[in-house]
Amino acid sequence: MATATAHNTDHHHEETFISKYIFSMDHKMISKQFLITGMIMAVIGMIMSSLFRLQLGWQGESFWILNFFLGDKWAPDGILDPNMYLALVTIHGTIMVFFLLTGGLSGTFANLLIPLQIGARDMASGFINMLSYWFFLASSIVMIVSLFVETGPASGGWTVYPPLSALPQAMPGSGMGMTLWLVSMSLFVVSSLLGGLNYVVTVINLRTKGMSMTRLPLSIWALFVTAVIGVLSFPVLFSAALLLIFDRMFGTSFYLSDIHIAGELLEQTGGSPILYEHLFWFLGHPEVYIVLLPALGITSEVIATNARKPIFGYRAMIGSILAIAFLSFIVWGHHMFITGMNPFLGSVFTFTTLLIAIPSAVKAFNYITTLWKGNVRFTPAMLFSIGMVSTFISGGVTGIILADSALDINLHDTYFVVAHFHIVMGLSAVLAMFAGVYHWFPKMYGKMMNRKMGYAHFWVTFICAYGVFFPQHFMGLAGVPRRYYTNSEFPLFDEFIGMNEMVSIFAIVGALAQFIFMFNFFYSMFRGPKASQNPWGSNTLEWTTPVEHIHGNWPGALPTVHRWAYDYSKPGKEHDFVPQIVPLEEGELDGGAGH
Amino acid sequence: MVTFLIIVAIALASLAVWQLLRVFEGTAKLKGGDSFVPTDAENKYQGRMMLLFMFGYFAFFAWLYVRYAPHLLPESASEHGLVLDQLLNFNFLIITVVFVITHVFLFYFAFKYTYSSDRKATFFTHSNKLEMLWTTVPAVFLAVIIVYGLSAWMDITAEAPEGSLKIELYPKQFDWTARYSGTDSVLGASNYNMISGTNPLGVITNASLMAMQQELSDEIGALKEELETVPKGGLKEEEITETIGKRERQLARVSSFEGLEKASLVAGDDDILVKTEFYIPVGQSIDFIFRSRDVIHSAYMPHFRAQMNCVPGMTTSLNFVTRKTTEEMREMTGNPEFDYLLLCNKICGAAHYNMKMIIKVVEPEVYDQWIAEQETFAESIQPADEEGMAEATKVTGNEISMIEQ
Repeated sequence: MATATAHNTDHHHEETFISKYIFSMDHKMISKQFLITGMIMAVIGMIMSSLFRLQLGWQGESFWILNFFLGDKWAPDGILDPNMYLALVTIHGTIMVFFLLTGGLSGTFANLLIPLQIGARDMASGFINMLSYWFFLASSIVMIVSLFVETGPASGGWTVYPPLSALPQAMPGSGMGMTLWLVSMSLFVVSSLLGGLNYVVTVINLRTKGMSMTRLPLSIWALFVTAVIGVLSFPVLFSAALLLIFDRMFGTSFYLSDIHIAGELLEQTGGSPILYEHLFWFLGHPEVYIVLLPALGITSEVIATNARKPIFGYRAMIGSILAIAFLSFIVWGHHMFITGMNPFLGSVFTFTTLLIAIPSAVKAFNYITTLWKGNVRFTPAMLFSIGMVSTFISGGVTGIILADSALDINLHDTYFVVAHFHIVMGLSAVLAMFAGVYHWFPKMYGKMMNRKMGYAHFWVTFICAYGVFFPQHFMGLAGVPRRYYTNSEFPLFDEFIGMNEMVSIFAIVGALAQFIFMFNFFYSMFRGPKASQNPWGSNTLEWTTPVEHIHGNWPGALPTVHRWAYDYSKPGKEHDFVPQIVPLEEGELDGGAGH
Repeated sequence: MVTFLIIVAIALASLAVWQLLRVFEGTAKLKGGDSFVPTDAENKYQGRMMLLFMFGYFAFFAWLYVRYAPHLLPESASEHGLVLDQLLNFNFLIITVVFVITHVFLFYFAFKYTYSSDRKATFFTHSNKLEMLWTTVPAVFLAVIIVYGLSAWMDITAEAPEGSLKIELYPKQFDWTARYSGTDSVLGASNYNMISGTNPLGVITNASLMAMQQELSDEIGALKEELETVPKGGLKEEEITETIGKRERQLARVSSFEGLEKASLVAGDDDILVKTEFYIPVGQSIDFIFRSRDVIHSAYMPHFRAQMNCVPGMTTSLNFVTRKTTEEMREMTGNPEFDYLLLCNKICGAAHYNMKMIIKVVEPEVYDQWIAEQETFAESIQPADEEGMAEATKVTGNEISMIEQ
């Protein structure tokens, strides 16, 4: 609490443009920095997906726009080069998973919400927080720079398995582009660790008076557990990347053995590419939950607020977050069922993976029950949250199939997997991120976003999202492999030409719809109507701060918390919400106390 | 120019929307409505949209099913695949029911409980009974799925039975080679140090060993001669010296194979290497083993519900029993051009997408005839006039394990 009390809010220090907007140590500004950087990266990732969808929808046809973005080297006569196709797929995945849904999502909402919702003046260390952003920015810049190297960016898939990624002879993308990818990811891990440690410490130490762990909003629980997962798993990715750098640069053989490539015999022996896969997925699977848990946290807040009803089963929700987090560390092998691992080990991973379905099911049912007999107000944030529950279920159920090692044999690396993880992880997290932006925009910028554009944005996005990914289940069941530049070599898959075209149209329309959001976002930032202090009638502490941002968040003393965050429509109350700062009446029981 | 015009058009369109919004906002303010939370009309409209979406979503699912279900993979061509397909259908049945029920509740509740200012939501925080119900019910279903799934998995991954036909599938960027064990039913030893133009899999036999030693010594000799001609102390000299070192180390490793058991040095002579397409007999257990020359590939045979990664530096395997010939499958699917395929299903470089091999499943007699017509490894590395020599090598086969390093 030392930092919090030492902060004197009456004292105004002179702020220059640079200290306010660039080298800011204020969590609210850092949150916005993460959001804007994440949005820029997302636009890049989205344009990439539209470009490779053009190739997949109309295979081998010429598009001037491909030539416009990629030039004569990578899209001569407007026809996409196969190496560039793989590069686009790779960087699209990297950007979306790490830069948008890890850095962008956690960075934005952990920074914004943790101090505001727990009643702290700022993060435990503003300086480390600033460093976290700057490492993130540096990492983003290195990743963008890697797009412009002569041999092209990394193109071995976002998982960059060696030997493909270790040997420049294997593909052009494994040259300089791959080196920069590894450098970028290493910086990213540093950013993530600095941020994560700060979030964990802040939640543990800086909760205001009365804010016990069982009164924390679920968004904070989710962000807190996410940070813990990140701190435990990201270092493993760092070591994987470091060893890969060694193999690439210094002739070590951690991942390489018995290789004869491009007419040349390599002398590295004794390593194993499978070691890399283990290290990568030891981060890679928890990473799924690093992406998903904040999304679930945001959704919990938005649904409870807009259903005007307590989140159903608050304690069960916390329990399932913890269960998912624990299980996420012992399931990574389900990405490797067909690497030739011991079948017994495979069955252990099948078992642990399927267990995750239980806490996930609890969460889904609890969301649905929260809506039951609620008083549902359809703000754009609420629409996105309901959409998120839908994608979480739609994508989650197919996970049961892929978790089954026996069924994974034939579906591994097909479009079924693409459909599954895009829906359950990608869409869920993206929809929740939109929900978060619409919901907390008044808190971030003191302005309201336009609702009509929000509705249009939601429906086009939601429909297109399913239009893109739902059909891909069928392609996967027909055995169509992912990461194929074209299926024209296989008359077997001709039946899916029409489907590919449809998917591409949905993808491109869906991508264009994001400009409605971008426009709404920037327009409202400058011209939106001024927000009120608590526009959604919400209980949590962030809505007790002034609309105008001030250092230290609250003028005067920090608020004291008297109740849990979900006293919506409590019988006997005048309004349909009771903020956490309102003291309990005589004989009134706190809803979060578990009775 | 076109690009420029498009950018201008987008900019103008954005400006137009911007202006339009200002007008809207102006009128909203005049009416004095609270514009922060949705109006009753908006809530009602969005609630209906939710329900409409649900029907649309289910209709889309149904249409996709009707349209594409006939074009999914045909009945499994392997015995274990039948079990897998049953398991898959069982799982699909469960998840489809869950999917439909949860979606009906989700969207129906959103529609039914749309906001109304004269109503209050029910204050319902938790129910241990309900939560227990939806923890245990999924747990019971999952237990069934796990037991069912794992019993299938254990059967599929069991060792191949005695007398299985052994075939090695060997990928490199960007093609496949299949190797049969020949008359002795033993795959000859192989090692990546032995890979050369005539010996793409690095099979070790007396003949290939001698040839490789000869080739390396010749190359070292030539390099040493070249070394005399380049200026001392230059980069070129360094490069050549380095290459000589590499070749000498390789030669030493290759020569160490002389110490292998006699039997293993002849087992490879009758091996048969084929490209583009390979034959397997129907109704027989096939034991595949996989290595890789360069990067990770994945041998994917969707019609047999079989897939295994091919990893450089290690050997992987899988086995299945075939049950339908290519001809039978052609009749069944009504497609006279149908063929079983082996695809690469692990990203392996630029031409990943066309790395395939055709698999012909035939009657055992046809297979015997086909295999008898194929050239053996010994024949393939002999110059034409020495072909007779290969005939002389006959092996009695003990199991000879592959040589790793």
